[in-house]
Amino acid sequence: MNRSRFSLSRLCFWLGIGFLYAPMVVLIVYSFNSSRLVTVWAGWSTKWYGELFRDEQIMNAVGRSLQVAFYSASTAVVLGMLASIVIVRFRRFRGRTLFSGMITAPLVMPDVIIGLSMLLLFVAMAQSIGWPPQRGLLTVWIAHTTFCVAYSTVVISSRLREMDQSLEEAALDLGATPVRAFFLVTLPIIAPSILSAWLLSFTLSLDDVVIASFVTGPGATTLPIEVFSSVKLGVTPKINALATIIIGVVSLVAFGSWYVSRRIDERNRAAARMAAEA
Amino acid sequence: MSEAPKVKRKLDLSRLPGGRRWVIGAPYLWLAVFFLLPFVIVAKISLATSALAIPPYSAMFEWAEETLNIRVTLSNYFWLLGDDLYIKAYWNSIKIAFNSTVFALIIGYPMAYAIAKAPSHLQTTWLLLVLLPSWTSFLIRVYAWMGLLSNNGLINQALMGIGLTSEPIQMLNTNFAVYIGIVYSYLPFMVLPLYANLVKHDDSLLEAASDLGARKWTSFFRITLPLSKNGIIAGSMLVFIPVVGEYVIPELLGGAETVMIGKVLWQEFFNNRDWPVASALAVLMIALLIVPIMLFHRYQNKETGV
Amino acid sequence: MAVTAGARRHPSEASKKSQETLLRIKGITKYFDESLAVDDVNLDIRRGEIFALLGASGSGKSSLLRIIAGFEAPTSGHILLDGEDITAQPPYQRQINMMFQSYALFPHMTVEQNLAFGLKQDKLARDVILDRVQRMLKLVHMEKYARRRPHQLSGGQRQRVALARSLAKQPKLLLLDEPMGALDKKLRTEMQLEVVDILENVGVTCVMVTHDQEEAMTMADRIAIMDEGFIQQVGSPVDIYESPTSRMVAEFIGSVNIFEGTIIDDEEDHMTLRSPDLERDIYIGHGVSSSVDNRQMLFALRPEKTWMTTEKPDGDYNWSSGTVRDIAYLGGHTVYYVKLPNGKVVQCFLANTERRAERPTWDDEVYVHWMNDSGVVLRT
Repeated sequence: MNRSRFSLSRLCFWLGIGFLYAPMVVLIVYSFNSSRLVTVWAGWSTKWYGELFRDEQIMNAVGRSLQVAFYSASTAVVLGMLASIVIVRFRRFRGRTLFSGMITAPLVMPDVIIGLSMLLLFVAMAQSIGWPPQRGLLTVWIAHTTFCVAYSTVVISSRLREMDQSLEEAALDLGATPVRAFFLVTLPIIAPSILSAWLLSFTLSLDDVVIASFVTGPGATTLPIEVFSSVKLGVTPKINALATIIIGVVSLVAFGSWYVSRRIDERNRAAARMAAEA
Repeated sequence: MSEAPKVKRKLDLSRLPGGRRWVIGAPYLWLAVFFLLPFVIVAKISLATSALAIPPYSAMFEWAEETLNIRVTLSNYFWLLGDDLYIKAYWNSIKIAFNSTVFALIIGYPMAYAIAKAPSHLQTTWLLLVLLPSWTSFLIRVYAWMGLLSNNGLINQALMGIGLTSEPIQMLNTNFAVYIGIVYSYLPFMVLPLYANLVKHDDSLLEAASDLGARKWTSFFRITLPLSKNGIIAGSMLVFIPVVGEYVIPELLGGAETVMIGKVLWQEFFNNRDWPVASALAVLMIALLIVPIMLFHRYQNKETGV
Repeated sequence: MAVTAGARRHPSEASKKSQETLLRIKGITKYFDESLAVDDVNLDIRRGEIFALLGASGSGKSSLLRIIAGFEAPTSGHILLDGEDITAQPPYQRQINMMFQSYALFPHMTVEQNLAFGLKQDKLARDVILDRVQRMLKLVHMEKYARRRPHQLSGGQRQRVALARSLAKQPKLLLLDEPMGALDKKLRTEMQLEVVDILENVGVTCVMVTHDQEEAMTMADRIAIMDEGFIQQVGSPVDIYESPTSRMVAEFIGSVNIFEGTIIDDEEDHMTLRSPDLERDIYIGHGVSSSVDNRQMLFALRPEKTWMTTEKPDGDYNWSSGTVRDIAYLGGHTVYYVKLPNGKVVQCFLANTERRAERPTWDDEVYVHWMNDSGVVLRT
């Protein structure tokens, strides 16, 4: 009796997966098209990849974007970790409601609003205190860090909430100061969530076009801005090649970490079985 | 044994407020300065007039001849509310955001349900399949549809190939393309909170329902659906709110008829360089979204305690 | 009356234990917001004893333990360890270690590293740490598992590691929070005896918290019964079971039949009570020197001391007729629920010393009776 509902929702699932992946497959296939016209198939070729790598403007933008993403993600996980401790462990302090509001709001706030408001902040700051001296990678870093803090906090705090608090108490009980207990016990246990928060922040920063367009300055064009301006003019095979590389790298990292965590999981389970039988 | 308690007062770092204050202070300060303060400035600039200056707006406070002049004008708001174009843009944005949220829910709910009911060893893999596209570039996913939907794109070629139409159908640069792009891009954000909610449901509730004589659809509508209310609200808000201010999708896939507020704000700011009007647009957008944002915050709290 | 608990292998050892106080709890009160968790508790824990705080969940026993460990600050009162007031000390400065209910073994460390954790915090020399870890592993018979991670151990093994870790720093006082809570029933009995052995071996003073009366009676020298944040009675397991001082304690530990009665006679060497539930008066072999204005008393009688026969007992006191209403065969003994003439149902345990013996059955007419010193008189 359950079977028919099962297959109905499963059918929807695989149709949905088809909907999500079909455009990406087409994109990848056409990146190997030798014709300039994206819509006409003219045989296999990798020449667009060569052109992509020779395009200095794009390559420079890639370098800048990776740099900004690295720093934004790193700052965001540190702040996100502190924010998670505040939210999960400090049950009461003045301004808690405002604090948790500032954590959730960036998750849904439209990009144009964040971009515009941050730009106006930077302009006002430059006017009144002379800092930041000019807009560029520094301001993009600040903007990206700000919205990545929210995502990092959601990821890290959910892990921290699951963690048995008596582990920290045990560390205190055995003579570790609160700071040592954090570094010796809490941090290693929540480390996987910090890594996923970092990866998420990294991809979000690498992906942002709207906020970066507002807050960046001359000479600090990031990759998405570069892609956006070329895409507005129409479909080009070079962008297909770039898209294929991005999709490939993301899939590789995602499935790599999925595979590793699954292996660790399996090994632990096998060991636990052994222990139970011993 | 002496009864007098010898209270030793040792220096105790954990009970000093310093450490705690620092842990709260760092993220608090960052968010206050870089997230909260900007909104105050936006609100302030929305009350200024446009000027040919750097930055291109009039100052609010002016000190001249021993007089403090405070210049505040509501003209930007009157301007926005007086012009059909802006009203239409707001209305259009809300309509498009609402419709695409409903579409995403209709497509996303069965998907989340299927994952939650899948054997537990498959669940992570299936969820990963849904989330993976959202980790690749958003821009590139929208771009993929440009190729598919264009007049000589794959879909039109296929339609003409099987003889359903002789002329290519105009799909790119229409509202249809915008809907496709939005549902496509935001679907994972709908599925994730729904799954997180559905997976927590106790299967014995459904067994109890069927034991009490409920048919499968009855128990779905009477038990599963009401219990997933929080997931539905969280997922819907996660789609609706950012879509109201969406810029990239209407810019790349939409046409002249697709007037959305995010696009209008962008044009006011970058093309017309009218910062005060752009700020007023932003303020009105926030005013419009404040209730959904608070709704999202409340349900996010309930689900995760953030 | 120095009767010790069942787990003691050498009863004589207990009497050697000093009467010196190690931990003094003075007027500890704890409020969480508005609710009172611990209500003016005063306790002296003696050096070398195993002391159990026994109570239902929400009785305040865990809060009291966390106050001793230093995780919660009391609202008022003092904790003195070896004469030193430690109330203001944070947990990491107290010479007290705790074994947690969930064991709280660090999942990212091996057994060895878990045992060494506390010693490293004290900045002991490497060889001292190694030596101590080896001794601890040996103490709990876990030498073979030194390199394993906690998730690679069974429940009983985890408990041994947790115990060894809390003993590694040679604390003055060991705290056990529901020590057997995470084990299944069969393993529990086994581990109770083993843990007591280890604790005796080390000679550490121990305060444990439990809701399981069997566990408390097996392991502890003395037990404190807690209820609503308040200590109802402190005493050896025998004291608590055989001489409860209140109805709450009598009913909390084991089963009990309680009769309300009025004093008819109260002399130095005997007294009699008249209960509306019983056909005959209750005769007790001692007096209670009651006051004139309160003649109402309670008589508490354990079911295993409530005997049941089919023949009418001799004598004028301490019996009543009844009918068998229910029989619960529990293997070792059988519980008979006997309904007395005015409707009250009492329990009698009959040990099953013979296989398939002739026994009264449902609706049989029987007599319940007991001896002069079988029950306890309690004030209402």
